[in-house]
Amino acid sequence: MSIFLAVATTPPELLAARSQMAFTLGFHIVLACLGVGLPTIVLIANGLGLWRNDETALLLARRWSRIMALTFAVGAVTGTVLSFEMGLLWPGLMGRFGGAFGIPFAIEGLFFFLEAIFIAIYIYGWQHLSPRAHFLSGFPVALAGLGGTFSVVAANAWMNQPAGFVLGPDGTVADVAPLEVIFNRATGYEVVHMFLAGYMVTGLLLASVYAVGMLRGRTDRYVRLGFTIPFTVAIVVAPFQVAVGDVAARAIFTDQPAKFAAMELITTTGPDQPVTIGGILVDGQVVGGIQIPGLASYLAGFSPDTVVTGFDQIPIDNQPPATIVHLAWDMMVGIGTAFLGLGLWAAYIAVRRRDVATRRWFLRAAAISGVAAVVALESGWIVTEVGRQPWVVYLVLRTADAVTHSPGVQVSFYAVVALYTSLGIVTLVALRAMSRRWAREDMAANGASSHAEATG
Amino acid sequence: MTAVDLVAIVLWIGVTLYAVFGGADFGAGFWDLAAGGTERGRAPRTLIADAIAPVWEANHTWLIFDLVILWTAFPPAFASIMSTLFIPLTLAGFGIVLRGSAFAFRPVAARLEGRRMAGAVFAASSIVTPFFLGAAAGAIASGRVPVGNAAGDPWSSWLTPTSLLVGILAVVVCAYLAGVFLVSDARRVGSAELERYFRGRAMVAALVTGGLAMAGIAVLAVDAPVLAGELVRRGWPLIVASAIFGLAALIQLRRGRAAGARILAAGAVTAVIWGWGIAQYPYILPGELTLTDAAAPPATLTALLIIFTVALLIIGPSLALLYLLDQRSRFVGHGVGIDADPVDTGDAGPRGQGDGSR
Repeated sequence: MSIFLAVATTPPELLAARSQMAFTLGFHIVLACLGVGLPTIVLIANGLGLWRNDETALLLARRWSRIMALTFAVGAVTGTVLSFEMGLLWPGLMGRFGGAFGIPFAIEGLFFFLEAIFIAIYIYGWQHLSPRAHFLSGFPVALAGLGGTFSVVAANAWMNQPAGFVLGPDGTVADVAPLEVIFNRATGYEVVHMFLAGYMVTGLLLASVYAVGMLRGRTDRYVRLGFTIPFTVAIVVAPFQVAVGDVAARAIFTDQPAKFAAMELITTTGPDQPVTIGGILVDGQVVGGIQIPGLASYLAGFSPDTVVTGFDQIPIDNQPPATIVHLAWDMMVGIGTAFLGLGLWAAYIAVRRRDVATRRWFLRAAAISGVAAVVALESGWIVTEVGRQPWVVYLVLRTADAVTHSPGVQVSFYAVVALYTSLGIVTLVALRAMSRRWAREDMAANGASSHAEATG
Repeated sequence: MTAVDLVAIVLWIGVTLYAVFGGADFGAGFWDLAAGGTERGRAPRTLIADAIAPVWEANHTWLIFDLVILWTAFPPAFASIMSTLFIPLTLAGFGIVLRGSAFAFRPVAARLEGRRMAGAVFAASSIVTPFFLGAAAGAIASGRVPVGNAAGDPWSSWLTPTSLLVGILAVVVCAYLAGVFLVSDARRVGSAELERYFRGRAMVAALVTGGLAMAGIAVLAVDAPVLAGELVRRGWPLIVASAIFGLAALIQLRRGRAAGARILAAGAVTAVIWGWGIAQYPYILPGELTLTDAAAPPATLTALLIIFTVALLIIGPSLALLYLLDQRSRFVGHGVGIDADPVDTGDAGPRGQGDGSR
């Protein structure tokens, strides 16, 4: 429909629409990560519990599955909002490209359905299924979480590297090659990067709770196992994440030069480009930061002679806001590298057979790793989304041409901020209430058993 | 039959399933709101929470399914609808967030106030959401969504007699479906008292729904003459079928045949939705845009049909398994919430007693 074609000026709704999308997606993505990571971690605890007849592991699995159910419910509704927003905020994108862009979402729908069904079966199965059948019913949840993430991230990858479609004379999609849409040039690394991020965010968030528990003096097996399972998952994944990130950065250097220039603050095209740590872009000049000469060229092409495109060769109206992208990129890389160090530290403690509960500085680091993982996650999304601007579909559709012409986005943005802030607070309060109730139960149970020992 | 028609039929099946199953879950919230004070309303509220807790997310997924088909198979229709009906659909989206999260949080809330608050939010948003979704449907059906990015009026497109009618009708239909469904749920848990409780309410809801639907024809004749004309001309067998199903459901309810009433009530709602679909065929936006003109390229439609087939093979048995387990297991242990945690929907007593009350 040609009626969805471009307008010349920047519509007034653009900033509010982008803010609303960023806010709701930034909220949902944490829950989406939990949807990837929690089922696997729950299954590990469940499997350990069954295999070694370990009541503690089973108790952890049971409790974590309750967290999974709660965050899945919140994720289901915040994910629905994103579906609404595809049309509420971006009719210019959906009206023209829905026929191509929608296909991965249709696959996502299938996985989401499967996830919703088997999460219910798994949760209710604690009581109503045999332990074995119940354990097996968790596998579709884990697989559907991965499948759903694959589909949605493939759609995002398509926005970065659009492929598999032909535009007709009226500007809408006239022909589609579905597999090329799904498996575009960015799908591979984006999907794997997101999978691993899901495991890291979930693992570290969960582990950080038990790290705090140990710092507060709880050192029983429950707390240790509750720390070890998720922490191990996250920290084993961390080196692979750095490697995937490296592959992704080189792909971006090749396929999205403007995003790469923003990430590394490259102002002038040429070889021997430096990596800048920190620093901002003011009037086209890099201000502040520490420069490592030649490193950006080296990372992009394994040689300082690699020519990197700078902003001098990118038209001004095709440039993303570089400072935000660059600082977010530094944040993500910095935190990811720090996680490597945390993993080495943990390995050292394990190899020397030290008691982790007494390693207070390590526990402090682990305790903040959960929040740090979320910060890295959000930073990564800023890099990929803000770095693609001013395009919503890279080099095909400008974000300004996709946005709704409906008035009232400003109001809905404020309402969304209020609603989601409350939702975030209530979610945290609810999780805290659950964990306190469990702590009380454990205290009562421990009291009862020590009482039994004393009298028996 | 063309691929466009096939995809449109799948979309309409999705809309129907959302209306029936998602609708019944919304209606359960209506009865939660109507259940009265904390003490008096405890038994029906517990039944309601038990009935929808394991299945609401799966039922809710039909909405996502419908949105995704709409934007993939009929992109300009999706863009036009969402942008013109920005206000009611934003409000429906908020309602969905509030309802789902409040329902999930309620059993977790530590204190009675928290539980009450969550319960109130859950119940109120269970009414608000179907109203705005219905109002949006009314705007589409009465041809008030033009093609384009927010081409229609943000207010007058849906603040019409038709939209108000369909919005209110959606709320009472949800309440009707939920009432009937809860009768058989009450039967399964063996509570004659709750069965009586919901039977009476379901019958009242049935009469209100029927009366409103009848009055609605007059509203449509004035406010949406094209839709009304097509409903009478082409949709009449389904309208008649809906009336027959509705009456039969009422009789079954009276006779205490809960399971039969459940199927008939779902049939009555299904007939109305397909009557609407037939009345506006071959248009997706009546008078504005046909299904064929809105359709995505053939390769997309083929891909969608393949995905549906796979989904049917995977989701169908899985959903059947869920419903089977749900029907078999309910109240074997205890229901609300997720597992053995003490859960109440509004119990004033100390937690230990609350746990025992089920």
